[in-house]
Order: sequence, then structure tokens, then C-alpha cells
Amino acid sequence: MSASDTNQERRRRAPLFPWIKGTLLTLGSIAVTMLGLLFVTFVIGRVMPIDPVLAIVGERASQSTYDAVYEQLGLDKPLIVQFFYYLWDVVRGDFGMSLLNARPVSEDIARVFPATMELATLGVFVGIVLGVPLGVVAAVNRGSWIDQIARVVALVGYSMPIFWLGLMGLLVFYGVLGWVGGPGRLDIFYQDIVPTRTGMILLDSALAGEWSVFRNAFSHIVLPASLLGYYSLAYISRMTRSFMLEQLSAEYVTTARVKGLSERAVIWRHAFKNIRVQLITVIALSYANLLEGSVLTEIIFSWPGIGSYITTALLSADMNAVLGGTVVVGLIFICLNILSDLLYRVFDPRSK
Amino acid sequence: MSDVTSQNQSWREWLTTDAPTSRRHARLANLYQGWLTLRANSMAMFGLGILLALLLVALLAPVLSPHDPFEQSLGNRLQPLGTEGHILGTDSLGRDILSRLIYGSRITLYIVALVALIAPVAGLLVGTVAGYVGGWTDTILMRITDIFLAFPRLVLALAFVAALGAGIENAVLAISLTAWPPYARIARAETLTIRSADYISAIRLQGAGALRIITKHIWPLCISSLIVRVTLDMAGIILAAAGLGFLGLGAQPPSPEWGAMISEGRRFILDHWWVATVPGLAIFTVSLAFNLLGDGLRDVLDPKDGSQ
Amino acid sequence: MSLLEVENLWVRFPTRQGIFDAVRGVSFTLERERLGIVGESGSGKSMTGRAILRLIRKPGIVEADAIRLEGRNLLDLTEPEMRKVRGQKISMVMQDPKFSLNPVMTIGDQIMEAYLLHNNTSKAQARAKAIAMLEAVSIRDPERVMRAYPHEMSGGMGQRIMIAMMLIPDPQILIADEPTSALDVSVQRQVLDIMDGLVKERGMGLIFISHDLNLVSEFCDRVLIMYAGRIVEVCDADKLHQAKHPYTQGLLNSLPRLDQPKKHLEVLKRDDAWADGESVGGS
Repeated sequence: MSASDTNQERRRRAPLFPWIKGTLLTLGSIAVTMLGLLFVTFVIGRVMPIDPVLAIVGERASQSTYDAVYEQLGLDKPLIVQFFYYLWDVVRGDFGMSLLNARPVSEDIARVFPATMELATLGVFVGIVLGVPLGVVAAVNRGSWIDQIARVVALVGYSMPIFWLGLMGLLVFYGVLGWVGGPGRLDIFYQDIVPTRTGMILLDSALAGEWSVFRNAFSHIVLPASLLGYYSLAYISRMTRSFMLEQLSAEYVTTARVKGLSERAVIWRHAFKNIRVQLITVIALSYANLLEGSVLTEIIFSWPGIGSYITTALLSADMNAVLGGTVVVGLIFICLNILSDLLYRVFDPRSK
Repeated sequence: MSDVTSQNQSWREWLTTDAPTSRRHARLANLYQGWLTLRANSMAMFGLGILLALLLVALLAPVLSPHDPFEQSLGNRLQPLGTEGHILGTDSLGRDILSRLIYGSRITLYIVALVALIAPVAGLLVGTVAGYVGGWTDTILMRITDIFLAFPRLVLALAFVAALGAGIENAVLAISLTAWPPYARIARAETLTIRSADYISAIRLQGAGALRIITKHIWPLCISSLIVRVTLDMAGIILAAAGLGFLGLGAQPPSPEWGAMISEGRRFILDHWWVATVPGLAIFTVSLAFNLLGDGLRDVLDPKDGSQ
Repeated sequence: MSLLEVENLWVRFPTRQGIFDAVRGVSFTLERERLGIVGESGSGKSMTGRAILRLIRKPGIVEADAIRLEGRNLLDLTEPEMRKVRGQKISMVMQDPKFSLNPVMTIGDQIMEAYLLHNNTSKAQARAKAIAMLEAVSIRDPERVMRAYPHEMSGGMGQRIMIAMMLIPDPQILIADEPTSALDVSVQRQVLDIMDGLVKERGMGLIFISHDLNLVSEFCDRVLIMYAGRIVEVCDADKLHQAKHPYTQGLLNSLPRLDQPKKHLEVLKRDDAWADGESVGGS
């Protein structure tokens, strides 16, 4: 009796330590990854062939002005000290001034980021809504014509240059057919009507009840969002298919059939339930990929998001802006990974 | 004539034998088996065909191209498809698009070949060393790998190119820098399984050093999974290179790089659509070919992971 | 009328090398008895069990003159009608509970699902029934087990849960496909006894599929010996030692026996001729 009591007690207490240790380890590795990311951007910033002082003071500044700024930027200190300055700045959300428009980079990023998020969110939404069912159906009807179609859709998605497909989309749907709005987020006529609250025009115009603006914004976003949606559909449907195939050959699926369940219940209630956790990871990853894929898409569609921002900055050698944008996208990448990890733990009973 | 067929017959027999007579014989027979499986996959063969054609076109570019790809002719600019002497039309400077495409295939192959040489080799080095040595070396190397994996690849490549300056070589370097971490992961995983195998212990007992074990026994076994991964990644490499070219960060004008050609044609997309469309189709075809071949190779070399 | 009659059952799989016959013209009948099917792996014994439930997936092909359950030919039923047979009339316990239970559903949900599907009752009643069923398979603390997930269970418990789940709709036939092969030797006996008790108590028919001749002869009333997709011999379990077919004799001679100790056990020698010829009727 007493033996089983202590046993129970141990069972209650024991899981706590590994859990804390696990969490600390995870937090530690996240911190190291973030530090590493900042170190890489720092190094990139240092090996730049552009002289940051010259970029601020201009070609014709006197030597004394040059020296003053040189010191002010901390360039006379050892590299490691400079790195800690840089770290401290980033932690405070200070990415320095944009050399192009002399505004803080962080402000710029805060302004352009919602546009990217709006686009990527809509894109990944399209990808999930179409990609998951396509993947499931392809797996269930493996080898059928629908599986072949799903395969071709994915292959084309993996092989098509996104910027070119965007151009073709613009050519056909905007240039020839005139079904959608052109580049940009709104026609000039509709600009500056709706007050900025979230920075996402669809949301802002809906909040303000300006439905004509909403419609116009939608006609502009539908093409780039579908484009990104197609890319995430290719990825999501492929992964869904292979996850489902794995589950459908599992023995518990036979059990479900032996019970007398309908095929639909077998697929959705049993097999699909088992891939939900893996799908979360795939979706998080695909969202992260879209943030990246939006770089080229934003250029094509003149979309004022973070991708356009980084590229414009790059072409005008505005290194603070480039690195600031890179750091922000990188941090979001890491955060999405952490999030999918967390969701994994919450939803998978085996991980508890 | 009949001599030749019987010779072929015996070759085939020799290659399909159940009882190989030597190690080399066994290896060749194995390769032949793989080739037979691959040949049965019509899509993979289609991809291989396109790639061989591309190679041929790149080799024979001066012979095949009807015009000098750099020769401008402003009076002859933006000619449509099917123009006499310019089947695919001309671009904004009156240069023959077909000739530029043909010469552009050299650039594409150049980039792909360089990245395919640099990234997997770097990954193989890092991965096998991390996996074989273990301990702190492993932790540190894999942590670095994770950091590079945490970056969005294109954005990191952009930042690198920004630091190094635009140009083909720097684009190759930037793409390689973002492409090696997955290879390191694969190589490490393979090394970990091979390392603990009994025959490695046996070799070690015979006095083989770490260097010999890694280069002679671990590397050869990592190769096949790396090849599959490289082939599947080729499409991504081509798309990334084209993307950098499109942004003006890869090959510089007047170089006929396909991505840069799209970028040039973009300005005239509504009135002269073919200028941007044709190079895009070329990029699509080549990366599709790599994807098809990669799928087929995966089925041959790594059947457990086959999506068929 | 027999409980189950199988007449000339064939299971075929198209492969790259041509058509592979996994089961070749098998016929037998099942009364309210315990019928053992013994054979080595690949002999088609599992395929026979699955073919009865029409669970052979494409591209596999099932052909038979008839598979009659109480006179009704299962091959004539539509898929929805067949679903009413599965679980409710014929059920199956599979080899390894680690794989045959859904890892992300609670045990309670899985057992109740089986009951609710074939009985039009409330959830509370299904729950009570499930708990009673868990008690019937000697699970202590069934309330806790209902909330638990399969990975928290041991193999023996998992298999008892599987039995509870398959017996809860009250079927007439249970197919047990190697039900103890994945379990520790120490709990095999216990699981078998529980299954045996329930089958007897309910007057069900049991098809016990196994590679273990000793276990089957001890546990069943009648034994079918399968080789290469055919039934080579049928005999009563207690008369197994009088078996005539060389394959059965070979199997028996390769097992150690306490009552007839031998210095060397015989190695089974196969004869290609066994694979040919007509299947023996198992009625």
C-alpha cells in the first residue's frame, strides 16, 4: 500500500523537472538562434563596401566632421563592443536611421509590415482552404486522375518563377481581361479615404464601413493573394497528401473500418485527426515562406510591404533599412517556428 | 550485325546477374538496376531529356543561335513573335530573343553547376564532421546550421548580395550560403547511423583513422541521399538565381540571364508581352525538368521516401 | 445453416511481375465454434480474414463463389449494407494494439464510437456500456482508462481494450488475427482467457488466426492448415497428431514436445507440390 502511495507521489512530482528543463533548453536555443541571426546581420553590415560615415556626412564633409560621426557611430571601438551596441539597439527596437528618407527604420517597418501581413495571411488562407482538401482527396484516391491533377498542380507550382507568373497574371487578368485592379493597393481615387488603424486596408475599410474602398482594395489584392495562395497550395497539398498516405496505411484505420464506420468518417474523424498536428507545422512554415515569397510578388504588384522596402533600400545601398528588414523577417521566422512547436505540444496527446 | 546484338545480350546478362563476381561488378549491376527503374518512369526520362537538350544547346550556342545575342539594332526593336529572322521576336534594344535565350542557358547551367558544387560539399563537410566527432563540435556546428536555417533564404541572399555587390559570382555565393544547411542536416543524420554500424567499428579496430573513415566509408554512403536532394533543389536554385537576376542583383546587363531578361521585358509587358514571357517559359521548363528528374531519382535511390 | 460459409475464395494482387494469388480457392464453414487458421507468414491466413470483411483494398481483388453469413451472401451487399455487417455482425481484433488503436483519440471515445454506430442510444448510455465492457475485460479503474490515450496503456491492456471495443456491438463472429503475437509472453495467456471467456459466454463464432500451432491446437476446436494460399489440411484440434499432410507433420515435428523429448528437432522440408493441387474443403 505504502509502496504504491510513494509511486503515485513520484508520478505526480517527477514530470515537473523534465518539463522545466525542457522549457529552459528550448528558451536557451531560441535565444542562441536569435543571437546568431543578429550576429550574421551585424557581420553583413560590417563587410559592406559602403562607408556608413560617408553615407551620412556626404563626400565633401571635412575630416573633423567625418571623425566626429565616426566616433558617434562607435566605429572606433573594437568589433565585439560594436556588436553589443548593435544588440542593445535592436533590443530597444532601434534599427538606426534610414539613409534614404532620414526616418527611423523601425517606423518605416511598422508602416510597411501590415501590408505584407495582409497579403501573406490571405495567401496562406487560400492555400489552406484549397490545399488541405486537395491533398486529402489525392491521398484517398491515390493514382486516380484527381491525384494526377494534384501532382501536376504542385509540380508546376514548384517549377514556376513566382515573379513571372505574377507578371503573366497581371497581363491576362488586368491588362487583357480587366477583371482585377492593377498594381498597388488601391486606385488613386480611393486613397486616403480610410483612416489607418491596423494598416491592413481590407480590415480598415471594413471597420470604417467604406465598402467601395473595400471592394477596390479587394480587386487589387485578389491577384497577388491568389498567386501566393497558389504557391502555398502546392506545398500544403503535397505535404497533406504524404501525411495522409502514411496514416491511411496505418492499422487503426483498418480498425475504424472494421467497426463499420463510413469511409468519410474513417478519413476525417480518424486519419485526418492524426495529421492535424503535422499540418500546423506545415502551415506555419508555409506562412513563413510566404513572407519571403512576398519579396518578389510585392515588386511585381508595387505592393508597399516589407519585401518592396528591403529591395528598394538594397538598390539605394540603404544598409540600415536592409538589415532592419532582414532582422524583422528573420525574427518572425523564428517566432513562427516556436509557435508551431508550442501548438504541437498542445495538440498532440503523445507529447504530454 | 548479329555479333553486335549478341554482344549487347551478354552485356545485359552481365549487368543483371544475381551473382556478381566482383565488387565493381556488383556496383555496376546495382547502377544498371537503378537505371532500369528510372527508365521506366516516363516523366523522369522526359525531365532528363530536357536537361540533356539544354546541355547540348549550351554547348552549341554559337552554332545554334541565329544572331549575336549582344548585337543591338534599334530600328528593329520589339519585333513580335514569328518575325522573319527573329522567330521569338526582339527585345527593347532590338536584340534577337532566341539567341539571347540560347546564350542564357550557359549562364543558368553555370550558376546551377557552381551552387551544386559548393553547397552540398560544404554541407557534407559540416554534417559528417559534426556527426562523426560529436560532443561540443556537433552542438556548435548544428547550432550554426540552425541559425542559417532560421533565415528566410531569399532575404538572406539579398542581404549577402547587398554586402558583396551584385554579380553572378556573388549571387552564386549568396545562394550557396543559404543552401548548405539542409545538406549538413542530411549528412549528419546519415553519419550518425553509419558511425555506430559494426563494420565501422571493425575498420576502426584495424587501425583506420577518423579521416580515412570519413572520406572512404562515410562520404560514399551519404552521396546518394545528397544527390537526390541536390536534384530536387536545382529547381529552387534556378528560381532563386532568376529572382536575383530579376531584382538586378545577379547577372548584370547586357548579360542574357533569363531572370534579367524578364526584368527588362517587364516594362513592356502590356504591349509587347512576349519579351518577358519567353524567358519565363524557359526558366519554367528547366526547373520543371529538374523536378521531374529529382522525383524519379528519389524513387530509385531512396524508395522509402517515394511519394509514388 | 452454418453461421459462416466461405466457398472458393480467391484474393489476388496485380504486381509488376504479374498477378499474385495470395489466397487460392479456400472453402470452409464456421459454426458457433472456435476455428483456428494456422500457417506461416505469407500463407494467406490474414488475407482470408480480411477478405471475409471485404477489407482488401484496391488494387487487391476478392473473388469467391459465395461468402455467406447466415445464408446471406456478403459479396452481393452494397458497401453501406456491408458497413452494417462490419462491427455489428463480424468484428476483428488485430495484432498490435500499439498500431490498431487511434493514437489521438481517447480510449473512451473509440469504444463509445463503436457502440453508438450500431445502437441508437444516448451518449451517457454508451458511456455506461463502455465502462461495463472495460470491466468485462478485467480493466481496473475503467473511468480513468476512458479518459486516457492509447500510448498510456501497456500492450496487454491495449489488446483487452481492443477486444472490448470489438465486442461492444455484440457481433456473432470475431476474427482474431494474431491477437497475442505482439504481447509479452506473460500476458498472452491472460488476454486469450478473457477473449475465450467472452466468446463462449456470448455463443459467438471465433476465427483464430495464428502461426503458433501449439497455441491454436490448445485453444480451438478445429484447425485449418494453410500453405501458399491453400488449405492443405483440416482436422480437429485434439486429433492434430494424426494429421496426414506432410506439411502439418513437418510443422509438428519441428516443435519440441515434453512427452516425446528428442535430441534434434527436425527442420521443415518444403515440397513444391504442396502449393499445387486442390484446396481441401474446411467444412
